[in-house]
Amino acid sequence: MDPLLDLLKKNARESDAVLAKELGVSEQEIAERISAYQKDGVIRAFQAILNTNMVESTDVHAVIELKIRPEREGGFDRLATRISRFEQVESLFLMSGGYDLLLFVKGKSLQEVASFVSARLAPLDGVISTATHFMLKTYKDQGVLMEGDADDDRLQVSP
Amino acid sequence: MTTDCKSAPDSFVAPHVAELPKSGIREFFDIVSGRKDVISLGIGEPDFRTPWHIREQAIVALEQGATRYTANLGMPSLRQAIAEYTERSFHAKYDWRNEILVTVGVSEAFDVALRAVLSPGDEVLYHEPCFVAYAPLVRLAHGVPVPVRTFRKDNFRVTVEELERHVTPRTKAMLLNFPNNPTGATLTKQDTEELADFAIRHNLVVISDEVYSELTYEGGRNSMAMVERLRDRLIFLNGFSKAWSMTGFRLGYTCAPAGITDAMMKIHQYCMMSAPTISQHAGLEAVRYGDNDIVEMRESYRRRRNFIVASLNEMGLDCFMPNGAFYVFPSIQSTGMTSRDFAVRLLNDYAVACVPGGAFGSCGEGFLRCSYATGMDQLKEAMQRMREFLKRG
Repeated sequence: MDPLLDLLKKNARESDAVLAKELGVSEQEIAERISAYQKDGVIRAFQAILNTNMVESTDVHAVIELKIRPEREGGFDRLATRISRFEQVESLFLMSGGYDLLLFVKGKSLQEVASFVSARLAPLDGVISTATHFMLKTYKDQGVLMEGDADDDRLQVSP
Repeated sequence: MTTDCKSAPDSFVAPHVAELPKSGIREFFDIVSGRKDVISLGIGEPDFRTPWHIREQAIVALEQGATRYTANLGMPSLRQAIAEYTERSFHAKYDWRNEILVTVGVSEAFDVALRAVLSPGDEVLYHEPCFVAYAPLVRLAHGVPVPVRTFRKDNFRVTVEELERHVTPRTKAMLLNFPNNPTGATLTKQDTEELADFAIRHNLVVISDEVYSELTYEGGRNSMAMVERLRDRLIFLNGFSKAWSMTGFRLGYTCAPAGITDAMMKIHQYCMMSAPTISQHAGLEAVRYGDNDIVEMRESYRRRRNFIVASLNEMGLDCFMPNGAFYVFPSIQSTGMTSRDFAVRLLNDYAVACVPGGAFGSCGEGFLRCSYATGMDQLKEAMQRMREFLKRG
């Protein structure tokens, strides 16, 4: 992977000036490469990773395992794409193993998620079964610990 | 009761210990300590936590009751793993049965190496600026430390020319530390060859502290252990602290011919018995399964180095691009201040701590050691403050 992408994945808010120094290239080159990545669709979005345990919100998150019937033409893609368009679906992956699709779903309440599953997902042509698991607490998200290690406790000056 | 001044506690201290200077780092530590707002670029240990799988393995070892002594030389499994590591990293073959000794950090390794080879009065060549412990450890082993200067113009590599000027018939050993603390200097392959020839020519033991070897950034590593003809006279020192962020585990090791290893083991068995058992289990996990940890940490250090060197040069402090360790060693001579004045004023007025170069030997005067074992946010803020300090004076 391009080291620039690696750095942006760690901190997307880093300034072009600092990125330029870290990678030993000009600031202008950084700006150009980032906008090229955006234009080409390699970078899809810049988002913040929140500690949801600390943000006041009544949102409910769930993970849903979906078994679906592949189609003669296109396999899982058509149905997966269709499901991914629902705004409640935050992430969607095609999986190997006991089920086919793994969905991360967000709703305003338990009821909303439940009705999304029963009224939208389950009746879809090609969906064989669903298994819904509600998320209770976040410990780590996208490589970021929600409660990090203790503060830096090193000696302030050492040999 | 009267106290005769002859029997005051101080008079019991051996003269050669009483005469040891306090480390310049210690002095600076006292100035900094207690202040909360300080960004410290003065820290000589990694900022990364020990990778979790290594800590986890230490917990497992504790759960399984691995709390007894090990063999004096260290656990056989760990010595075997070290032998494999040394072979794949440096193409140097050491027999785990009698050529590897596991120690309490490289500090102890250094101590037993010196005590194993020095007779009272033997001279020991070492290059400055350097880690603060070398000269005191030589003295404690009743040797005579002989400093050899290194220079900015050579990017702080030690040269045979300079060594030749200090070698005498009493010289017994040469200490090397590359990648270097405090300069970040590394050796070229040609350097290692020339240093080996020098050691052979004068029949010297070479003690090479390569604890920063995993933190070499460009062009591959050059180790004294790679010079085959040096094997009979080389004591190679390495450890886990810098490669895997395991400073508090206190774990290092020596690789040396069986005769020397046996001598070092004698000292180690009487003063240490064995390195901490839980640490040895953690070290085994690191050396077996920790290659990826190093790759990631090294890459992170490399980018910070690029950032800090570019920033320092941009603000007018001449700084060469070091190829190893996690230190940069900029010159502050353009400011007209001494290293100590510069460091004290930077600390008092802008709350950034760096270590004055003079703490690492007199030829470090005019320079500053800045450690980049600190997160990018802190580094950015520190560079901003230094920029303002230089602008306003």
